[in-house]
Amino acid sequence: MREAILEVQNLSVEVSGKRILNDVNLQIFEGEVHVLFGPNGSGKSSLIMAILGFPAYRIVSGRILFRGKDITYLPTNERVKMGISVAFQNPPAIRGVKLGGILKHLTQSEKKINDLLTKVNLPVSFLERDVNFGFSGGEIKKSEILQALAQNGRLLILDEPDSGVDVENLRVLGNVINEALKDRSALIITHLGIILQYINADIAHVLMNGTIACSGHPTKILGQILNEGYAWCEKCLKIRTQRCEL
Amino acid sequence: MVRKMSENKNAALRAINKPSPFGPDLDISQYSRQPKNWEPCPISSLPKEILEKAIEVGVLPEQENRAATFFQIDHSVIFKAVQEIFENKVEIMSVKEALKKYVWLKDYWWKIISVDMDKYTALAELYWDQGYFIRILEDQKVTIPLQACLFISTDNLNQNVHNIVIAEPGSEAQIITGCTLHSTVQRGLHVGITEFYVKEDAKLTFTMIHNWAQNFDSRPRSGAIIEDNGLFVSNYMCFKPLKSLQMYPVAYCRGVNARARFNTIIYGVGRSYIDVGSKIVLQNEGCRGEVISRTIATDEAKIYARGLLQGEHSDTKAHLECRGLLLSDEAMIYAVPEIVAKAKGAELSHEAAVGKISEEQIQYLMARGFSKSEAEALIVRGFMDVSIFGLPKNLEKEIQRMVDMATGGAL
Repeated sequence: MREAILEVQNLSVEVSGKRILNDVNLQIFEGEVHVLFGPNGSGKSSLIMAILGFPAYRIVSGRILFRGKDITYLPTNERVKMGISVAFQNPPAIRGVKLGGILKHLTQSEKKINDLLTKVNLPVSFLERDVNFGFSGGEIKKSEILQALAQNGRLLILDEPDSGVDVENLRVLGNVINEALKDRSALIITHLGIILQYINADIAHVLMNGTIACSGHPTKILGQILNEGYAWCEKCLKIRTQRCEL
Repeated sequence: MVRKMSENKNAALRAINKPSPFGPDLDISQYSRQPKNWEPCPISSLPKEILEKAIEVGVLPEQENRAATFFQIDHSVIFKAVQEIFENKVEIMSVKEALKKYVWLKDYWWKIISVDMDKYTALAELYWDQGYFIRILEDQKVTIPLQACLFISTDNLNQNVHNIVIAEPGSEAQIITGCTLHSTVQRGLHVGITEFYVKEDAKLTFTMIHNWAQNFDSRPRSGAIIEDNGLFVSNYMCFKPLKSLQMYPVAYCRGVNARARFNTIIYGVGRSYIDVGSKIVLQNEGCRGEVISRTIATDEAKIYARGLLQGEHSDTKAHLECRGLLLSDEAMIYAVPEIVAKAKGAELSHEAAVGKISEEQIQYLMARGFSKSEAEALIVRGFMDVSIFGLPKNLEKEIQRMVDMATGGAL
């Protein structure tokens, strides 16, 4: 029987008293790749922050299980150590904290760090750079994916790995991610679905107003969004009892 | 000279009760003038504890990594030597010895700092307890640092030193000065007068580390004059608690294209009262100045971080960057950046920012597997990263090591 690596059960979340996620349910099985679509402000990144346990994202109800263990109230660092790797969309720059220092904390193997640098096509000099400080949009994506791979978790969470990246670097990152997915599960947020040109995803979900409006085959769902826009998903939301399954 | 010296005495006598405009006013009669007597000896034969304390402030017992060494304990100069290969390149001696040896040195005495500036300069004139004279000879490039240690071994002692540093034309050197005390010393007052003369085309990097005790007071008074194309870099660091520290060193960029830079890192802990500023006066064409300070206040520490840039000539440029990190609700940081432009074409700017550790940064690092306290320590240490100071690589490494050592226990 397949085991779920991540289960989000009836999760509702507030930030500063404002409800941003409503009764979200998500189940990712070992080896599965899920993508998450949704318009700006629908709660995609918030779902990731809640899964990671950032304190500002207050759990109102529901729970989060990782490999069957309830992690709803664990600190972030303990969650990631259980096997979650993450690449952020807009990570903060931290003066004086070197990218190399973070990577060394994630993996003892210098060879692995160098291999990953080569894979994502970042020069070794980046190890001495203050993390995200003065990085270009593309360099941030590379550095985030590099860190996520160095983390080596069973579940890879990528927040818009394909936004703001030029064509050439997109190919580099797309291939790196595709290779990483061979033996990992993933939850990937993508705005325009460009990353789907490089990877095979199993299931896609559309998040609308903090709740999952529909789930289904990634290319079909993407096709619908591209043809009809998210208005199509609005309709699905209205008939909550018959959740749209493409 | 005799007349001049007596003039200084008289001016000092008139100023002996004059408070400093900044910092708590100290009753200077409360400190002892009775030091322990120390005989000259090689540094390596000093008690282990003194050596360990000296190493913490960058003063090494092995001389191979230092071009020259000066070591004073209480009021006694116990060691001074120039490494053989740097003989005839640098001079190091007690300032009393130097004043005897060089008649011309009186022209460098109380010439940047006024003897009657406040009660502390007056105290240093009236009760003068040595200090060092360092001179880098013309065109000599000294590749490894010189070092000086001003050590206090007697509780509640008042130590007043007056140092003179001269970088002759075309010379280059780095000086590390460590001021510290024995673990049995709880109280006391250190007054350090330092006058720097950076001549034409000379480059001088001066790094000072202070390690005092919870009930100790410190009042350094220093000034620099920089001539044509000269460069003066002053690095100051203080990480340990103390009762009060007040200083406002000044650099006068007097020559054409003279440059000055002050870098300050302060970690205020306990109930420390720290009032530290840096002042640069741009007096000639092409002069440049930069003041960078990083202050961290925790516990109940109070830090005043001042800075003043004064442009007195056109085609001058200077920038002041003052950042503070507040780690406790009982602590305080008061940033006071000031700019005075007195000539058209003086380009002066400043930025000041005080904040707490960003939650976003903590969470980011926690998502990389660091615990909350590890993440905070990393961010604080990163805040004190000395690579922004643009120092020579060897010195940068050494200073970063000292920062890590000094803050390692605290974080």
